[in-house]
Amino acid sequence: MSKKANKNVDFTEAPPRINETRRFLRVFIGRPVVIIGAVIMFVFFICALIPGLLAPYDPIKQDLKSVLAPPGPGHVLGTDALGRDMFSRVIYGARTALIIATSAIAFSAVVGTVLGLAAGYFGGWTYTIIMRFIDALMAFPGMLLMLTIAALLGGGIKMVIIALGVGGISGYTRVMCGQVMSIRENDYILAERSLGASSRRIMFNHLFPNAFPPMIVMMTLAIGMTIMAEAGLSYLGIGVKEPTIAWGSLVNDGNNYLLSFPLLSLAPGAAIALAVFGFNMVGDGLRDALDPRLRGTL
Amino acid sequence: MGTYIIRRILQMILIMLLVTVIVFLMVRLLPGDPILMFLSSQDLEQITQEQIDHLKHELGLDRPMIIQYFEWLGQVSHGDLGRSLINRNKIIDDVKRRLPITFQLGALAFIISILIGIPVGVVAAVTRGSWLDNLLTSLGNLGICIPSFWLGILLIYMVSYKLDLLPMFGFVSFFKDPWGNIQHIILPVICLGLAPIATGIRLTRSSMLEVLRQDYIRTAWSKGLKQQSVIIGHALKNGLIPVITVKGMTLAAIVGGSVLIETVFSIPGMGRLAVEGLFAQDYSIVQACLLIGGTVTLGANLLVDLSYGWLDPRIRYR
Repeated sequence: MSKKANKNVDFTEAPPRINETRRFLRVFIGRPVVIIGAVIMFVFFICALIPGLLAPYDPIKQDLKSVLAPPGPGHVLGTDALGRDMFSRVIYGARTALIIATSAIAFSAVVGTVLGLAAGYFGGWTYTIIMRFIDALMAFPGMLLMLTIAALLGGGIKMVIIALGVGGISGYTRVMCGQVMSIRENDYILAERSLGASSRRIMFNHLFPNAFPPMIVMMTLAIGMTIMAEAGLSYLGIGVKEPTIAWGSLVNDGNNYLLSFPLLSLAPGAAIALAVFGFNMVGDGLRDALDPRLRGTL
Repeated sequence: MGTYIIRRILQMILIMLLVTVIVFLMVRLLPGDPILMFLSSQDLEQITQEQIDHLKHELGLDRPMIIQYFEWLGQVSHGDLGRSLINRNKIIDDVKRRLPITFQLGALAFIISILIGIPVGVVAAVTRGSWLDNLLTSLGNLGICIPSFWLGILLIYMVSYKLDLLPMFGFVSFFKDPWGNIQHIILPVICLGLAPIATGIRLTRSSMLEVLRQDYIRTAWSKGLKQQSVIIGHALKNGLIPVITVKGMTLAAIVGGSVLIETVFSIPGMGRLAVEGLFAQDYSIVQACLLIGGTVTLGANLLVDLSYGWLDPRIRYR
């Protein structure tokens, strides 16, 4: 609705109700790049959940008769040094990426939420100790911190999840803490407290549901970054191990044959870039569509 | 401003102490006995329990954790980072040799991230909605999605191998061979700088758009000021505040990214040292790398906090 029309509104009547869902959808799908991102995300989920649907071969079946086959009709992206079909391996890599990214983000969101709730609600020493610890955690270059934790824990899919999860804690804690500190001053929290509600009840039944929404956007935007970080760890050989297929390790394996078979490392890397692009664009779209400053506009 | 600076510096010292605690504990509390790591290169079968205990005593590993911590902290504060468990070299010597290499790469990547990211972001914001804005924003969106190590491999293949323009990997000191040095660092610096440039574009654009919507910008326009003075004189300084905030983290990302890029290009810098230390389970090296990485990031964040004072008078006069 334009400003001109606003001037003629009859103030004796309530303004027309704005359908929030429709507004959300309009902003969300308003940009073509978000649609492209959503399509990529959809394909990524299919690859991760039902890889057999798209992959022509068993990704770990070795075929020593067709080692390092060039791309062709049989093998779209060729085969690796053990004769495994590269295209199938790239598709199956999506599953590892999805498992690790979602679990790591869940890990950091849960820990970050609890720490942020405690720091924001109790304040005082609890706040100081938790937030200074978070400051110290943030002082480490993320990649170096995650790498060290993963390596010290011994690698493998679970350890990578913990390493990436610890790396993400600080962001969620800070956002949660800030949210809680602004919400706890509201009258309904005071009312609840004067009714004798326990701290736990206030924190989890009242503060948490109100402070959580901004975290949803944060978590969506974190998926791309986490996929990228996981790829970095696997590329260095400190992440997941054989026979689990991870895009980062595929890039690393293929790197040895870069000059003669460039697709072996470039194709899985392109898959990483595509997936990250998809999630980032959808995250951006979600953030814009949920922007509270746009609420009430058509 | 004076009290602001002093308060920030005191806070930083406190956090630095916490960083040392985390570094110290992380290596000791996580699974894996350092003494066994130390012995892993030797024959574990031949050694007796007494010898292990003796070695533990010699390395001070049998004393209470808190005493070990303060002893270690004392050494570290004197610049003694200990000796490598693998080759018994002083780690500080390794660091002295490698730090300048990573510093050169990181500093250049950081500088180009500012010199390209901010102006491009401003142009995109000013030309909002035009084809130029769409192009620049798309480039920014693309830039944050490309894994730096993969870009490195791609560039090695295209630029060094196919076009044969630059060396594939390795490093030459600037003082030995300036031209060779420049040739060797072009690709790594591009890879390290890509994500910071892209983030810079995105952030500057959105922050400038926010500022350009403000009333005082409308006032500046209606005073009849030229576009140049509205954008640079009135909007830019305020628009830069969120960008500067992130610059501290950008530096941390560059330091972290050097771990990957130095591996891709076989550059003997700090990032490579960290990876080698991790693979060799040499926890003294890992500690040193974490400590240096943490110090650099904290220092950068302190500079960021101080530059707020310059950008934002509300902070300056607090």
